[in-house]
Amino acid sequence: MNRPRPLSPHLQIYKPQITSILSIFHRLTGISLSIGSFIIVAWIVSLSMGIESYSYFMSIVDNWFVQIIIFGFAFALFYHFSNGIRHLFWDAGLGFELKSVYISGSIVVLNAIILTTLTLYFVYF
Amino acid sequence: MNNNVMRSDLGKVQGLGSAKHGVGHWKIQRITAIGMIPLLLWFIPSLLITILGSYDEGILWIQNPFNATGLILLIGTLFFHASLGLQVVIEDYVHSEGLKVLSIMLIKLLSILLGVLSILCVLKIFL
Repeated sequence: MNRPRPLSPHLQIYKPQITSILSIFHRLTGISLSIGSFIIVAWIVSLSMGIESYSYFMSIVDNWFVQIIIFGFAFALFYHFSNGIRHLFWDAGLGFELKSVYISGSIVVLNAIILTTLTLYFVYF
Repeated sequence: MNNNVMRSDLGKVQGLGSAKHGVGHWKIQRITAIGMIPLLLWFIPSLLITILGSYDEGILWIQNPFNATGLILLIGTLFFHASLGLQVVIEDYVHSEGLKVLSIMLIKLLSILLGVLSILCVLKIFL
């Protein structure tokens, strides 16, 4: 092994398809949710340190730009959650036919959009 | 790897460790994923309904022993699941052996740090 060889997955030569896009999006949302977990940690830590630090945390969150980012995380969470369940069905050996893969993929995307919209509605109205 | 060395296939793999734990990572990733399902179905609505209200509401919510237990389980499962997932991504895309080992180690240490910190804070509020 003198020369580094390309390792799978070969994203550069892979033709984009709905199946591969959703799969890559599962990873991307997983990575971003790992980063988003800092917000949950910050919330718990600030809450434990008293009302002053909690108000400081809330003053940062109470900003349109930060809230757009948080709703990005919410969408990522709903997507990763739904698609994760889809993956668990595959692990159980179910839903491998191409038609089911497309149907479950659409359900996952639709579900993520609906849940994010409901959350938005619940928080602001 | 020098292909000219006259060793049998069996000889090459002997001593590299048994294959008995090969499935461990995969399995724990799935177990934590399954665990996250009920935890999130409980946590997300709770977060939206009670916690995001006021400081007092948040404190009261965590002081309930069932909520504190759920929150600690959620934190543990979350960081376990996240570190396993990030490890796979690093293994797939980071090709330099040194950087790979270093970043995986960093991810694991950071996950433990954030997990312990958050659990400690939940306990502080609860007790």
